[in-house]
Amino acid sequence: MKPTAFEYLAPETVEEALNALAEHGEDAAVLAGGQSLVPMMNLRISAPPVLIDIMRIPELRFIRREDESVVIGAGVRMTQAEGEAGVPLLTAALRHVGHPAIRNCGTVCGSLAHADPAAEVPAALLALDGQVVVRSVRGERILPADEFLRSYFTTAREPDELVVAVRIPAGPDSRRVAFLEATPRLGGSTGEFATVAVAAAAERDEAGRFTHVSLALAGAAERAVRAREAESLLTGAEPTAASIDAAAEQAATAVDPSDDIHADREYRRHLSRVLARRALQELAA
Amino acid sequence: MTAVSLTVNGIAYELDVPPRLLLADLLRERLGLTGTKIGCAMGACGACTVLLDGEPARACLLFAVQAHDRHVRTVEDLSAGGEPHPLQVALREHHGLQCGYCTPGMLMALAPLIESGQPLDRDAAREAIAGNLCRCTGYETIVDAVVEASRR
Repeated sequence: MKPTAFEYLAPETVEEALNALAEHGEDAAVLAGGQSLVPMMNLRISAPPVLIDIMRIPELRFIRREDESVVIGAGVRMTQAEGEAGVPLLTAALRHVGHPAIRNCGTVCGSLAHADPAAEVPAALLALDGQVVVRSVRGERILPADEFLRSYFTTAREPDELVVAVRIPAGPDSRRVAFLEATPRLGGSTGEFATVAVAAAAERDEAGRFTHVSLALAGAAERAVRAREAESLLTGAEPTAASIDAAAEQAATAVDPSDDIHADREYRRHLSRVLARRALQELAA
Repeated sequence: MTAVSLTVNGIAYELDVPPRLLLADLLRERLGLTGTKIGCAMGACGACTVLLDGEPARACLLFAVQAHDRHVRTVEDLSAGGEPHPLQVALREHHGLQCGYCTPGMLMALAPLIESGQPLDRDAAREAIAGNLCRCTGYETIVDAVVEASRR
């Protein structure tokens, strides 16, 4: 099948893009790398009357350090972020996204805005307490990733708003991270969406106790979720086999997976437990 | 119709296209470059892989208008000098194709790696074509060819 006809707009500034979004709102889809949107249009799952291509806007193509955060503009492709952002957990997550050919086109902000519940980028940003910068002609809002992500393919972005950047708190150099995922095909970069993925980060004091733990899961609910109760079980605790098992169990209890052709609810819960445990073991090692 | 300027295999084109025209269809139908195949049209099979500014990309997941001001390289360019590309030679020697439908995509996913001169082992070769499906399932001989071509 081929996509339905649409009006194509290619603004060259953010201001022009925001004006186009203000005018077309619900009728418009934002086209960045298109690696999720175009297949949906090819299958006619999506048929937006207007497409606003933001990849000709130079001011969205930046990775920079602002205060204590790394800020990645909406024009930054995943391959570039993988090489240049210097955010270890994001780099680890991006290696699992699609194939190199997908990452050469797809953008970090696009994956977040698309909000596939099994996607890696939202889980990584959630674990890192990332923030999403959205802008419209009405002004700018900065939302924690946890507020931005709502449900299946649904975010807090209003129809006239553009995701312009993500901000990721840099965190201490001593922070350890782990990203693990289970996919239908075995291997490293298989290109599959995660059946379940776990993104985790931790800091430890001199005695080895966790002073900060964050654990996020993809593929385990209607959106990427933080396992906050599991995190609090470990914060301040000695990382022992028993405390890690208890936290992984708590994470698996808290998620709310659904069935699909790849895995049923119970198997996803099982994967959540196993991957959370392995990720926490890596952080404790 | 939208105006698009792009370079394909070193030739500059100025074309008017409907925005919904996919890059793969522009290559095949407007430019007659039918080496680029369309398999799934949803990014899963890799048959339509071309190089966009030197990097592999799915021509079925890009509108032609997105290639504005960019350089596209297709499988036809690999043997533009009249001689087959070293990777094509290796595939022929190792019987690395059966029906051949996936071959252009495999070639374009691999060409930058082979041309970088970096030797690939079997795992690296497999990873490099993880996004390209061969429904004849002739992967072993493709991997044989890739490993050898990377060492020539």
